[in-house]
Amino acid sequence: MIREFGTVEFLYLLGAMRWTLGLSIVAFVGGGIVGLLIALLRVSPWAPFRWLATAYIQLFQATPLLMLLFLVFFGLALVGLSQDAFSSVTIALTCYASAYFGEIWRGSIQAVPQTQWQGSAALGFSYLEQMRHVVLPQSVRIATPPTVGFMVQLVKNTSLASIIGFHELTHAAQYVNNVTLKPILVYGIVGAMYFAVCFPLYLLSRRLEEKFNADR
Amino acid sequence: MDYTFQFGSVWAAMPRLIEGAKLTITLSVATIGIGLLIGILCALARTSHRAWLRRPAAVYVEAIRNTPFLIQLFMIYFGLPSLGVRLEPVQAALVGMSINCGAYATEIVRAGIDAVPRGQLEAARAMGFPVPSIVRHVILFPALRAVFPALASQFILVMLGSAVVSTVSVEELTGVAHLIETENFRPFEVYLVVTAMYLAIAFTFKVVFAAVDRFYFQARGRA
Amino acid sequence: MPIVEIAALTKRFGNTMVLNGVDLDVSEGEVVAIIGRSGSGKSTLLRCINGLETIDGGRASVLGIPVQPGRLREVRRSVGMIFQSFNLFPHLTALENVALPQMVINRTPKDAARANAARLLDRVQLSARADAYPSKLSGGQQQRVAIARALALEPRVLLCDEITSALDPEMVGEVLDVVAELARGGMTMMLVTHEMGFARQAADRVLFMHEGRISEQGTAAELLDAPRTAPLQQFVQSIRHKG
Repeated sequence: MIREFGTVEFLYLLGAMRWTLGLSIVAFVGGGIVGLLIALLRVSPWAPFRWLATAYIQLFQATPLLMLLFLVFFGLALVGLSQDAFSSVTIALTCYASAYFGEIWRGSIQAVPQTQWQGSAALGFSYLEQMRHVVLPQSVRIATPPTVGFMVQLVKNTSLASIIGFHELTHAAQYVNNVTLKPILVYGIVGAMYFAVCFPLYLLSRRLEEKFNADR
Repeated sequence: MDYTFQFGSVWAAMPRLIEGAKLTITLSVATIGIGLLIGILCALARTSHRAWLRRPAAVYVEAIRNTPFLIQLFMIYFGLPSLGVRLEPVQAALVGMSINCGAYATEIVRAGIDAVPRGQLEAARAMGFPVPSIVRHVILFPALRAVFPALASQFILVMLGSAVVSTVSVEELTGVAHLIETENFRPFEVYLVVTAMYLAIAFTFKVVFAAVDRFYFQARGRA
Repeated sequence: MPIVEIAALTKRFGNTMVLNGVDLDVSEGEVVAIIGRSGSGKSTLLRCINGLETIDGGRASVLGIPVQPGRLREVRRSVGMIFQSFNLFPHLTALENVALPQMVINRTPKDAARANAARLLDRVQLSARADAYPSKLSGGQQQRVAIARALALEPRVLLCDEITSALDPEMVGEVLDVVAELARGGMTMMLVTHEMGFARQAADRVLFMHEGRISEQGTAAELLDAPRTAPLQQFVQSIRHKG
C-alpha cells in the first residue's frame, strides 16, 4: 500500500530526528571525556603515554567508521552482551570522536604559548597544576571553533547507525520512502533537516574562529 | 568470553576480499581524480568576481558538506530513477562519491588559492596575462602545493568513506565482507580482517601521497 | 608626442583623496624620479598608469592609448612594471620566469623564449643562476631577474615602484647599476625611489609629490639643493638626517 507523504510522515521523521540529536550529544559527551584523556596523554612528558595516544589516534583515524560500528556491534555479542544497536553506535561514535577530539585538543594545548608554561613553572606549579589552572583554560578558547566544527561531522555520522538498524533519521527516511515511494521528496526533506542542524553549527564555528583571530 | 575465533573461513575467502579491495581502490582513485577537478573548478568559481559563478558553487558546497553522505547516495541511487536516470550501483557510487569529494576539495583548494601572494597576481596582470593564463601558470601549482597535505588527508577519508557504498549493493571491500559473513556466520572475524585491510590501504595511500608531495610539489623551489 | 600623458588625475581610497589632480607628460627616453613622503600618492600614481588601480577622475594615456577598462591589455603591452617585493613566480626557475611571459603574451615558441631569456639574464649578469629557483636567490638577484622579466616583453616605458626599498643596503648598488644602464640605453622610466644619489645621477627630472599633487619639479640638483616650497624643504631636511 502506497501512502501519500503528508503531515503524519513529516512528524514521524521529526520524531526520529530526536534520536539523531540524542546520539550526537551522547557521542559528543562520551567522545569529549575520552578525547580529553587522549589529548592529555598525547602531550604528556612521558613518552610511552604519548606513543599510546598517537597509536590510538592514528588507528581510529585510519579506520572506516562503518567498520568500527560493525566490529562493536558483532563484538558485543562475543563478550556476552546483547547486540544492541544503540550501545553499539554510542560506543563506536565515542571511540571515533575521542580520536578526533584528542587530535584537535592536542593542537589547542600545544598552541598555548610556551611562556605560559615557563611563567607558571617559575611560580612553582606542578605539571598537573600547570595543566589544570593555566594551560587547559587557555586552550579552551583555541579549541572551541574546531570542536564546534567537528560536531557537524558527528551529526552527519549518526546516519550510519541506520545501517545496523538503529531508528534515527536516516533509517526513518528509508522507511518513509518505502511506504510513499517518493525518494526525491523524502530524502530531500531529510537532507534539509540535517542541513538545518549542521549549517548553523558550521556558521557558529566560523564566527567563533573569526572572533578568536580578531582577539589575538 | 565463550567463543573460539575461527579465521579459517575468512582466509579461504581472501581472493574475493581482494577483488573487493581492488574495487575500493579503483572507486577511490577515480573519485579523487574527478573530485579534484570539481574542486579546482568550483574553487575558482568561488573566488571569482562574478556572482553567477560564486553563488551556485557556494550552494553546492554547503549543501553537500552539511548533509550526510548516505543521504546523498540514496538520493542518487533511489531518487534519480524517478527522473528517468537509472544508474548501476557502481555508477551511483562513483557519482555520489565524486560529488561529495568535490565539495570538500573545493574548500581546501580555495584556501590554497587565497594563499597565493597578491603581488604575484599583480605582476602577471601588469604584464598583461589574460585571466586563464594567470590561473594556469601563476595560481594553480602554488595553490595545490600549499594545500596538498590537506587534500591528501581528505582523499584518504574518501577511501575510508567508500565503505558506505556497500549499502547500495556495491561489491567493494565492505560489500564483499558482508556477503561472506552471511555465509560463514563469523562477522567479527571477517570485519576484523577487513579493517586490517583498510588500514593497509590507508597506509599505502599515505605513502604514495607523501611521495607525490616530495617529488612533484616540493621539487620546484619553495613557496 | 609624449609617451605618457596624465591630466587632472584623481584617485580616492574610501574617504581619502590619494591623488588630487596630477598633470604630467613624460617624453621618450626621459627618466623621471618621483620622491615624497609615504602616503603622498607616488605608488598610486604609477599603478594608475598601468591600470592596477582604477582612475576616478581625469585622464591618463600611454602612446596615445587611453588607460581605461577594455584597453588595459594594449596599455600593458607597452608598459613594464617592477615591484618592491620582486613578485617572481616561486615555482619557476629564473630562466622560466623570464621565458613564460614571452610564451603567454607574445606567443613566442618555447625555444626562442628560453634563448631570449638566457640573453636577458646575461644582460643583468645572472647567467650563472638561470636554473635557480627564486628562493635560492638573494634579494638583489631576484630583483634583477624581475627586471629581465619585464624587459622580455620589450616595453616602451618601465615603471619602478621602490624597487630597492626591500633590499639589504649592499645589494642596492647591483640593481641600480642595471637601471642606470637601461637609462643610458634610452629606456623611458618612471621610478618611485628614496635613493637620492641615484636620482641625482640618472634622473632627467625629479617630481616631489605632496598630498596627492606634484608639488615641485625640476632637476635633482634644483629640488634637493634649493627646495622652494616648505613641504619639500622639510622633506629634504628629514632625509638629510637619515644616512
